[in-house]
Amino acid sequence: MPQVSLTVNGKPASAEVEARTLLVELLREKLGLTGTHVGCDTSQCGACVVHVDGMAVKSCTMLAVQADGAKVTTIEGLAAADGTLHPMQEMFREHHALQCGFCTPGMVMTAIDLVATHPDGLTEEQIRHGLEGNLCRCTGYHNIVKAIAAAWPLMHGKGMPAAAE
Amino acid sequence: MAPPFEGIGASVRRKEDLRFISGHGHYTDDINRPGQVYAYFRRSDRPHAKIVSIDTKEAAAAPGVLAIYTAADLAAIGGLPCGWQIHNKDGSPMAEPKHPVLAEGRVRHVGDPIAVVIAETKQQAKDAAELLAIDFEDLPGVATVTDAVKPGAPQVHDGVANNVCYDWHIGDKAAVDAAFARAAHKVRLDLTNNRLIPNAMEPRAAIGEYDAATGDYTLYTTTQNPHVIRLLMCAFVLQLPEHKVRVVAPDVGGGFGSKIYHYAEEAVVTWAAAKLHRPIKWTAERSESFMSDAHGRDHVTTGELALDKDGKFIGLRVHTYANMGAYLSTFATAVPTYLSATLLAGTYTTPAIYGEVTAVFTNTVPVDAYRGAGRPETAYLIERLVDCAARETGIDRVEIRRRNFIPRSAFPYQTPVALQYDSGDYVATLDVAMKKADWAGFPARRAAAAAKGRLRGIGMSTYIEACGVAPSAVAGALGARAGLYEVANIRFNPTGSVTVFTGTHSHGQGHETTLAQLVTEQLGVPLAQVEVVHGDTAKIPFGMGTYGSRSLAVGGSAMVKAMDKIIAKGKKIAAHLLEADVRDIEFKDGKFTVAGTDKSKTIGEIAFTAYVPHNYPHEELEPGLEETAFYDPKNFTFPGGCHICEVEIDRDTGVVHVVNFTAVDDVGRVVNPMIVEGQVQGGVAQGIGQALLENAAYDASGQLVSGSFMDYTMPRADDLPSFHVATENTMCTHNPLGSKGCGEVGAIGSPPAVINAVVDALRDYGVRHVDMPATPAKIWSIMHAAAPKMAAE
Ligand code: FES
Ligand code: FES
Repeated sequence: MPQVSLTVNGKPASAEVEARTLLVELLREKLGLTGTHVGCDTSQCGACVVHVDGMAVKSCTMLAVQADGAKVTTIEGLAAADGTLHPMQEMFREHHALQCGFCTPGMVMTAIDLVATHPDGLTEEQIRHGLEGNLCRCTGYHNIVKAIAAAWPLMHGKGMPAAAE
Repeated sequence: MAPPFEGIGASVRRKEDLRFISGHGHYTDDINRPGQVYAYFRRSDRPHAKIVSIDTKEAAAAPGVLAIYTAADLAAIGGLPCGWQIHNKDGSPMAEPKHPVLAEGRVRHVGDPIAVVIAETKQQAKDAAELLAIDFEDLPGVATVTDAVKPGAPQVHDGVANNVCYDWHIGDKAAVDAAFARAAHKVRLDLTNNRLIPNAMEPRAAIGEYDAATGDYTLYTTTQNPHVIRLLMCAFVLQLPEHKVRVVAPDVGGGFGSKIYHYAEEAVVTWAAAKLHRPIKWTAERSESFMSDAHGRDHVTTGELALDKDGKFIGLRVHTYANMGAYLSTFATAVPTYLSATLLAGTYTTPAIYGEVTAVFTNTVPVDAYRGAGRPETAYLIERLVDCAARETGIDRVEIRRRNFIPRSAFPYQTPVALQYDSGDYVATLDVAMKKADWAGFPARRAAAAAKGRLRGIGMSTYIEACGVAPSAVAGALGARAGLYEVANIRFNPTGSVTVFTGTHSHGQGHETTLAQLVTEQLGVPLAQVEVVHGDTAKIPFGMGTYGSRSLAVGGSAMVKAMDKIIAKGKKIAAHLLEADVRDIEFKDGKFTVAGTDKSKTIGEIAFTAYVPHNYPHEELEPGLEETAFYDPKNFTFPGGCHICEVEIDRDTGVVHVVNFTAVDDVGRVVNPMIVEGQVQGGVAQGIGQALLENAAYDASGQLVSGSFMDYTMPRADDLPSFHVATENTMCTHNPLGSKGCGEVGAIGSPPAVINAVVDALRDYGVRHVDMPATPAKIWSIMHAAAPKMAAE
């Protein structure tokens, strides 16, 4: 069985996998990182989004062996060592952008990538478009959109956003 | 500094969020038990067939396989029960064919489980399942209710004539016939309430475990009601004593009804765990969810409304064909009847109503309650009929509603179809919604859209629904096979913190916060000192779970009752400590005070005294401070409100864009406004999904066509606008909180508002009705089939 070695949330990790093992299976089943979820089998829900070398990737759509040598960040690796949350996590809580929480890890990872790749600003339309690959059945997206808009200035060093309505 | 306000009415941020946003939620599939093995179910890929033979030899020899079970191995196991018995018009009981855990000689829908393979790894189980050689003999199948009741239709069950499960009615037929005989106007509408697939984002999962040393079973499962699952599985399916079975519903990733029911997989992994002495995990793949989670809606309805010359509704006649699917799911039979037809009065004074329901078996996945369960179907019918009536009588659609509303002064209001509404103010929710949506400014917006070549429409619904199914005695008389009360245990710990054990279950609703706020409000304990425990039959005395927006109205009321008992006991302890008469003790803001003095004890001190009872009225009281209450509601609650939708239709593509959506709901007392708004937003998104996007499609034989997210259109962020959501509340008069429930209003009020807006946008095309979902293809064909008056001019 092939061996993969990668960096996950800043720590080296390695495991023996089958050639067909998906990255999400490696994370959840071999490395015990169950924060990354599986919501579909057709690559459409985004519950499994992680960052691979800084880019948002659906981890159900990548083989574990393809991640050999990569730097992977999962939802568990976002908060600082002292527990300080990432601004996106903070804004999800502040704006009630989660209900059951199942889509949340993927949403947060996608949202961070979306904000990071839009340093000049992010409209509601761009946010909604940017979430096309992530399904949420609980929130109707309203508060997710608000949370992402509120996280944008925080992530780009522009200070606190206007208070939530 | 005053402590932050955290009681009833505060939008406190959710206690449960930290674990979810940091990836530390604990969903069923996140749990791994020592020695765990995996189950994979081989399901039918055909709608209707005889199973001629199952050859397990090759699969059994595959690597890692521990066992393969089929119906033959489960002979001693009962079928999956139905929890509500409906009676036919002639008084005879409904047809209730067996719902086997694994198919017995015949498969009746795509997804029907035939065999289970248990292996060391998930992949091995799946690989081996593909090696099962099953010989089928295909039978003709039937998917729709209209086909299933035709003479000569394929029969889903032997012995169920014409596929009819029951033929039920409610109301006064003669009075309705008389109303129609003298009506000045009659309006008729045939419509379909499209079949939906719930698709909670967490797929169902279950882990069965057996402890050979004690004989104890544990089932971890994605359920909304662990005690109900334990009861059904123990009493009807596995015949196990309840005290030897623990059911745990850990974090659950959404339910929307689909996780109420007792499913085959739960029983199989529990049973097999004892056979193999290994914990067994099963997790659905999404394609399995599509073909095995109970679906929702699927009604075909004809409604007729009789009006007098002034536009007053004088009679309503409704017939519904309700698709049950291939077998009866747990609450399937109650949905079109007691959860639907009993609301046919809507928000109106219609004096004569007659409703008939024919429930029908087809070769499709079982259908059961999905967010709203019966009430969306009725709200959709009534609110579409009212819009048609307005158009056909020439009375403005707002005016015709106002003319027929049950006035605020008429409550409690007895409808002609069994229910008695306790409170509401339909004029108030209508007025607020119209103002928020700027109804008056619509013509200008329509003209502006027209100038850009777009069709703009506006529509409303002024709906009602019923939550917190109750009381148990009435439900029992109507066929319910369980009680519908709720249970709360409130436990003070010696150092003054509180643990709440609730029989309700949170799978997104935020109970750990909302229910804790009730304790803060009533007992004055800071929110951080209150912990809500749910979802484990080993910890919680009992409970009926969460569905039908019942958790606060019923479960919260049980908590209030338990806390009343805590206060009553606390007063006695305080009287002893303060050397006063118990009648002079007042309780407020967490303090017991001797009236008119400054002598007081905090509830924390009282709790400590109760657990360290050195100075204590032992002759009168037991030590400890913990109380349990069962609350059986006196009536349903009746949330209602007004939803207004504004759409624009692209003439070239037929795409309907929701450009504005306003929901003003009456949900009774609001505990956490932030959470209530979130519930409504989520419900509205599902309602818009039903109206515009979602459809569980079968071909005529029963083959599931929309079996993945590629074919079933889930609402995505860019399909929806931001919503305007508000409440305008009247209090429920019969529960101690005044709360009515907010979980389903969004999904109930929105579909008719959307379709009314779509029909309004198409008014120049002479369109009277558009069935859901109003997809681009459907709208485009409508526009192209009917030459618009506008174009002709
Ligand atoms: S699990 Fe659905 S996209 Fe990866
Ligand atoms: S919060 Fe439940 S799916 Fe998004």
